[in-house]
Amino acid sequence: MEATNPQKIDYWKVTLSGIFKENAIFRLAISLCPAIAVTTGLRTGVLMGVAVVFVNVMVNITVSAIRAFIHPRIRMPIFMLIISGWVTVADLSMAAFAREAYKQMGLYIQLIVAFASIFTRAEIFASKNKIMPSFFDGIGMGVGFMFALIVISFFRELLGKGTLWGVSIIGAKPLLIMLLPTGGFIATGLLMAFFNWIDIRFYGGKGAGGASGH
Amino acid sequence: MEKELTKLFEIFIASALINNFVFTRFLGLCIFFGVTKKVETAVGMSITFTAVMMISAALSWVIFNLVMVPLDLTFLKIVVFIGVIAAFVQSSDTIMRKVSPGLYYKLGVYLALISTNCIILAVPLINAGEHYTFLEGITLGLGSGLGFALALVIMASIREKIEIADVPMPFRGLPIAFVTTGLIALAFTGFAGIITS
Repeated sequence: MEATNPQKIDYWKVTLSGIFKENAIFRLAISLCPAIAVTTGLRTGVLMGVAVVFVNVMVNITVSAIRAFIHPRIRMPIFMLIISGWVTVADLSMAAFAREAYKQMGLYIQLIVAFASIFTRAEIFASKNKIMPSFFDGIGMGVGFMFALIVISFFRELLGKGTLWGVSIIGAKPLLIMLLPTGGFIATGLLMAFFNWIDIRFYGGKGAGGASGH
Repeated sequence: MEKELTKLFEIFIASALINNFVFTRFLGLCIFFGVTKKVETAVGMSITFTAVMMISAALSWVIFNLVMVPLDLTFLKIVVFIGVIAAFVQSSDTIMRKVSPGLYYKLGVYLALISTNCIILAVPLINAGEHYTFLEGITLGLGSGLGFALALVIMASIREKIEIADVPMPFRGLPIAFVTTGLIALAFTGFAGIITS
């Protein structure tokens, strides 16, 4: 069924490429700041991921919808305006509905506005494509980002607190260092190396994930 | 007066060492990993960053407290701060190129990277969140800038050595840089006890 419908395959490809091939954190290594800041627990990691998916999708839709009216010369400021507008929406909703988590990660929600990954998607994809592909591209990039946050925060919460989503799993705190900033950096580094290793071992790649540096 | 000075000093030390932007707050990581391959670039970058952080802290403080607070527009702070910083960076880029091409050649090239960077934007946002006074705001900018400079220079010196070391294949590039940063961050947690209040 799907094979006969080229449009559908296209959407899948667009979505999946954002999750795996162009995963913002492990492969492209951009927008790293929150990856470490909010991943001390699964809950904050997921919340941040949801906020990023929301902003990513809404920005892509908006940019795509008005792309015919944006003069190329002033597209950068327009994109910034759209992104910061949607980040404000996410910021205020988070402050209203998730107060506890917001106290912990409020600054990082506001700083979604400086995400290179969202800006580049608006520039590379949404400003050249129709609304539906842009929507799926936003979902893909956002979910890929969320996936990375979940993986990192899974290991950090499990090893640091011995819990998952606040529920005790191990009953002890095996590696308290995982909750410190140090643990965040080291966990991300090891996971990145792991993804590189998979790439080298099974796909014959060069393990270039993150080699570019920004 | 003395009490105010103590407060300023506290903010300075706290933002430069204890809450170091890179090692404790995890901001500016893209730049941090991007430009720390050579010490020379790192130094140039950190001078530009410190200057921009202080000036944008001052500008956004004025706009936030004299315009946005009286008009009850504080919910627009993200949009406004981004606009202020981008406009300031753009204009200083143009002015610098005309007035002193030598300086522009040395430091101005980094300006293009700055305009929408989380580390620059974080200073005004923290200032607004903590209700700092004008001087405190600028001190936060200065302290954070110098702390960032310290981080960049330390990291760049280490990475120059790593470049010639035999690193296992999957760890080449960013992963080893991340692990190294983790170890530096561990050292920086030692500063946490400096100020007790």
